[in-house]
Amino acid sequence: MNPLERYAPLVDDREAFFDACERPLPSVVRVNTIRSTPDRARAALDEEGVGYEEVDWNPELLRLDERGPGTSWPYFHGWLHGQEEVSALPAIALDPQPGEKVWDSCAAPGSKTTQLSAMMDDRGVVVGNDNNLGRLSALRHNAERLGVTNLVVTKQDGRNFSLKPFGFDEFDRAIVDAPCSCEGTIRKNPDTLDQWTLEHVHSVSAIQKGILSRAVQATKPGGTVVYSTCTFAPEENEAVIDHVLETEDCEVVAFDCPLESRPGVTEWEDDEYDSSVEQTHRIYPHLNDTGGFYCAKLEVTA
Amino acid sequence: MSDPETDDTGEGSESDEENLRDNVGQRFGRLPATSADREVKGRASREEVVEFFNERFGIEPAVFEDFSFWEKGKGKIWIFAADNPSPVRIEGLGMTVLRTRQEHWKPTHSAVQRFGRHATKNVIDLSPEQAATFARGEDQDLPEWDGDWGYLIAAHELAGEREPVGVALYVYDELRSTVPKGNQEALSVL
Repeated sequence: MNPLERYAPLVDDREAFFDACERPLPSVVRVNTIRSTPDRARAALDEEGVGYEEVDWNPELLRLDERGPGTSWPYFHGWLHGQEEVSALPAIALDPQPGEKVWDSCAAPGSKTTQLSAMMDDRGVVVGNDNNLGRLSALRHNAERLGVTNLVVTKQDGRNFSLKPFGFDEFDRAIVDAPCSCEGTIRKNPDTLDQWTLEHVHSVSAIQKGILSRAVQATKPGGTVVYSTCTFAPEENEAVIDHVLETEDCEVVAFDCPLESRPGVTEWEDDEYDSSVEQTHRIYPHLNDTGGFYCAKLEVTA
Repeated sequence: MSDPETDDTGEGSESDEENLRDNVGQRFGRLPATSADREVKGRASREEVVEFFNERFGIEPAVFEDFSFWEKGKGKIWIFAADNPSPVRIEGLGMTVLRTRQEHWKPTHSAVQRFGRHATKNVIDLSPEQAATFARGEDQDLPEWDGDWGYLIAAHELAGEREPVGVALYVYDELRSTVPKGNQEALSVL
């Protein structure tokens, strides 16, 4: 059975949902404001005759007419970075400020991490962690290419992350863009569902709970934690939020989602979740012609 | 595990070269403020690094005021936007900025792309054809350059302004491209 069938009852327009999942994803780039401005990046693309359209909700995102951002002068200069439109959302929800200390628990390959650095004007500290050396090397390469200087790269298990290497003992903000079942990336990786199993959903859900718990613990009271995935599975989304609401000092806070979204679900199969998960956001591919996504914003209360 | 660098007092002492510790490759150590503060063999000082960029490229020391400088691996210098306790065993701390192992220090490709706009000398302006050749990683004859030999910042014009392309090595009428393999690209002649 197509695993997407599992989520059809959650979706308002079944046909549009399945159609969108079949279509390839538009090629989107983010302007790296550490190195350029949207105006200058557009001027450079114009000079080179590369066609694009602006994404209406964010002037730093451009949809390219053709596949792949890799062969243009502004890309060579690190002014542009290939990043799916919907994946720009968690950093915007986190809203990091210059000079702050921010933890990105699952950072590689670094699209969101380098976006955090850019939003902070490359000041303060972004700690980009991942547990896989190969993926860390992609993170390092991307950060270097984009001219990021405020990134600390660590290789730890996010579930028991230690702040010992640093001169501080809590973060202002944290982002957990968790490893997940990735059904939402089907438009980019059509074979993503081949390896899908319910068993994996359950095992990865336990890891997600562990990392998000650690993120809440490592963030100062009053600080913000954003949780995101590219899966539709409530076990990996609302259930993870529900778990930390019960075990850690935090609460869900509402945020304005610049993309059309649907509220988080409070019931799934035999489970019920805290009603505040309705303030989290589900994004289905047909709503904005993007990948699928889930994003929740938490405030640390103690 | 005993770790000699954790005994750092941070106080500068005029040490003899044989009293200095060896650099440890797997961790980052902050550069000493000046060579008089040096406690690790062969390690460049912050002052020397900032002075190098000023002397060679005319980049004002103020540009680097808010950054810290680190060494990981012999002669590999990194630049970090904040500060951190030293030494530290992590995978990355900011961005690579300079190689000091050879007699002639070499800025990195990323350093020149990030900070090269502040340069006022030893910048070579390339024509659209020359810039495309350079970005592909190819060497080219360029006898018309009558400036210094050695490492230069290669630049071209993009979107109405000068933009650094990468690090060039100029010797014997030839402009060599040092654009790293992973960054080389066949781009259009603008």
